[in-house]
Amino acid sequence: MDAHEPVAYIERTRRYYEAQGFEHAYQYAHYDETPFVRPAKPLSECRVGLITTASLTHRPPLSPRNVASTDITPPPASLFTDDLSWDKQATHTEDLNSYCPLATLQSLQAEGYIGEVCDRLHCAPTEYSQRSTLEKDAPELLQRLREDGADVALLVPL
Amino acid sequence: MIIGSAKDIVEHCGVPRYLHVDFPLGNPCGKPWDRDMQDRIVRQGLSLLHSATAPNQTVFSPETWGSDQWRRQYMEVNDENRAELARKGEQLRIDRSVRERRTV
Repeated sequence: MDAHEPVAYIERTRRYYEAQGFEHAYQYAHYDETPFVRPAKPLSECRVGLITTASLTHRPPLSPRNVASTDITPPPASLFTDDLSWDKQATHTEDLNSYCPLATLQSLQAEGYIGEVCDRLHCAPTEYSQRSTLEKDAPELLQRLREDGADVALLVPL
Repeated sequence: MIIGSAKDIVEHCGVPRYLHVDFPLGNPCGKPWDRDMQDRIVRQGLSLLHSATAPNQTVFSPETWGSDQWRRQYMEVNDENRAELARKGEQLRIDRSVRERRTV
């Protein structure tokens, strides 16, 4: 591979789990159509919702992964990321803002770049089930963002 | 909109707006503790909310991680670890089988 090309994670993970003897490769979500809507307000007037795929609290192995929300005031000191497949050789997740940019958004709010950060942060750790994401998590997240009065949402998958 | 570092996964799915940050997985919003970089990345991502004209158009952050070793190492399979990965997979299947028997 070219030293500067983005890593091909779909193929990389397929090979990794194939080396472990798993016969069926994980089927990543794919959709032929993608919704697209322009915001009705300038960004400086928008309420911005924030979604992370980290867990709000420590999760025992194999326990269910459900959407969870927390007030941003006070901000969480940390989130639980140990059971996610980020690159544990190359980096760490000790700095919350490096993957859940709550402080950055609050700074942009203070500057007037965005209108306001929504009052809640939403955690959506994946079950690696497309059905669960479509039928449970996504509708739950949408409802919570609407409750928050979000105009736009920033999703940062970890 | 999405800020992330797994370009092929996000593009395979199809999303309204995507800022790709070509970093190791874990810090898509900027290097740990680099507040200036984090500001630049999130600011650029949010700008896509109005600048994007259609879905499925990846925009690239100009930020760089500073090294490339991580590109090869992540979930690497080579002659040195192939046997260990096979053993690990077998153990995972054994553990799963035990759990399934316990729940019957």
